[in-house]
Amino acid sequence: MSAILAENIFKTYGKRKEIKALADVSFDVQQGELFGIIGSDGAGKTSLFRILTTLLLADSGKASVEGLDVVKDYKAIRKTVGYMPGRFSLYPDLTVEENLNFFATVFSTTVRQNYDLIKDIYGQIEPFKKRKAGELSGGMKQKLALSCALIHRPTVLFLDEPTTGVDAVSRKEFWEMLKNLKMLGITILVSTPYMDEAGLCDKIALIQNGKILSINTPRGIVHKFQKSLFAVRSSHMLILLNTLKEFYEVDDVYPFGQYHHVVMKKGSSEEKLHSFLTQKMKNDFELKAATPGIEDCFIDLMKEN
Amino acid sequence: MNEIMITTEKLTKKFGEFTAVDQISFDVHKGEIFGFLGANGAGKTTAMRMLCGLLLPTSGKATVAGYDVYRQNEKIKRNIGYMSQKFSLYEDLTVKENMKFYGGIYGKSDAYIKQKTSFILDQLHLNSEANKLVKSIPLGWKQKLAFSVAIFHEPGIVFLDEPTGGVDPVTRRDFWKLIYEAADTGITIFVTTHYMDEAEYCNRVCIMVDGRIEALDSPGQLIKTYNAQSMDDVFLKLARKAVRVDD
Repeated sequence: MSAILAENIFKTYGKRKEIKALADVSFDVQQGELFGIIGSDGAGKTSLFRILTTLLLADSGKASVEGLDVVKDYKAIRKTVGYMPGRFSLYPDLTVEENLNFFATVFSTTVRQNYDLIKDIYGQIEPFKKRKAGELSGGMKQKLALSCALIHRPTVLFLDEPTTGVDAVSRKEFWEMLKNLKMLGITILVSTPYMDEAGLCDKIALIQNGKILSINTPRGIVHKFQKSLFAVRSSHMLILLNTLKEFYEVDDVYPFGQYHHVVMKKGSSEEKLHSFLTQKMKNDFELKAATPGIEDCFIDLMKEN
Repeated sequence: MNEIMITTEKLTKKFGEFTAVDQISFDVHKGEIFGFLGANGAGKTTAMRMLCGLLLPTSGKATVAGYDVYRQNEKIKRNIGYMSQKFSLYEDLTVKENMKFYGGIYGKSDAYIKQKTSFILDQLHLNSEANKLVKSIPLGWKQKLAFSVAIFHEPGIVFLDEPTGGVDPVTRRDFWKLIYEAADTGITIFVTTHYMDEAEYCNRVCIMVDGRIEALDSPGQLIKTYNAQSMDDVFLKLARKAVRVDD
């Protein structure tokens, strides 16, 4: 049985249904899997999460969590899942401790009963337990929210953009926590706009404008990228970018860290690129083959669609 | 690149006992893209607020666009641009109205506003959206528009505070192309970001840890110095040194 199953989900907003949030979204998540939904703001991630956590009704399509239907069995689903929404949704005027106790009570359990599950995460903020939640830093709010989402021992965890706006160090720590939760057998559906986090998932779905562009393992997605890719740099990066845009052998060129990535058209070659650059940039360039990453694949898929 | 647009010398800000920014010294040159990185709580925002003329330093020196941060902060405000992810445009004004509003605030003439508005609409291919409310246009366009509005009055420096959060990789790159183009016309770019690949687009990057500048160099040189694979590596190596609890 899949832990999460979505079949042909459609969702629109607006009087004339003019805003298409989700269009024919289907995917399934196996038990114990860490599944990433990768996409930018407005891609439909939050609508999808709200439908799966029974907080929003789809226009059409079916979905289930742990075999339970999101419409018929919504009460049972709410007991089994943990949900951490994108916007900070704890009570800012309650203390850290009060928030945790509140969520435990709502689910008819106690913090003590489940302390073992949250101790690695909650332990980090426990020294501040008398502080009001609204006065915590971003990284601490995130840890408290995750603790509250876990307090009733959910079997499936929904995390909607847990790392948005959090610095690189806290992001790394957060993903370490997810790895540990996964080891306990918890199924995790997590969304993120950061492409570098995609590689940390077992499987990912790339989503854009309400449509899934591709579902695969991170390695599988990269493996499907068949075009030849090069990295180029020069002391004049803007001139280099504009120059390469005009070369007919080039399919796409875009900034990528200290380099520009150049996707060549089918049948083209490194020699052609090299001689073009020699002609245009004289000796002021460095050219090398590049290994595609998730971000290259996403850009490619976005342009195809 | 020799003209100096920002210079600080032992710039410090204390809040009571707490030293948020601890004797930072650096220069930023004209037309440079200068990345300003640090973990949450490292002191980035405090430093930036001092440079924008919004917060008086406790000690040390700094000039921005040639103006002193203690005595000439009103002049600084008139000569810089500012954009953040959180706030930049009025959602219930149209694209055109936003530009007119900002142009007006900076005391630009009607003729200037008219000419600049049509230039930006062409540059961003936004002519068909000119009379639409900002809230109705896609996030990616909003960000590009917000940047153009931030440099509408042609300031010497623009401060960008995490400008690209949440947008897709294609839009993020379109946005950086605008930054390159602005820098090419001589505007100095001072930018904070959580995306480490974006740090690599900068000419030089400064990394703050616990209120101090821990490293300042070109991304390529930093990667070499710290024997790292990428800026992400460099950042993690340095930011993990932090002892200050982020609270």
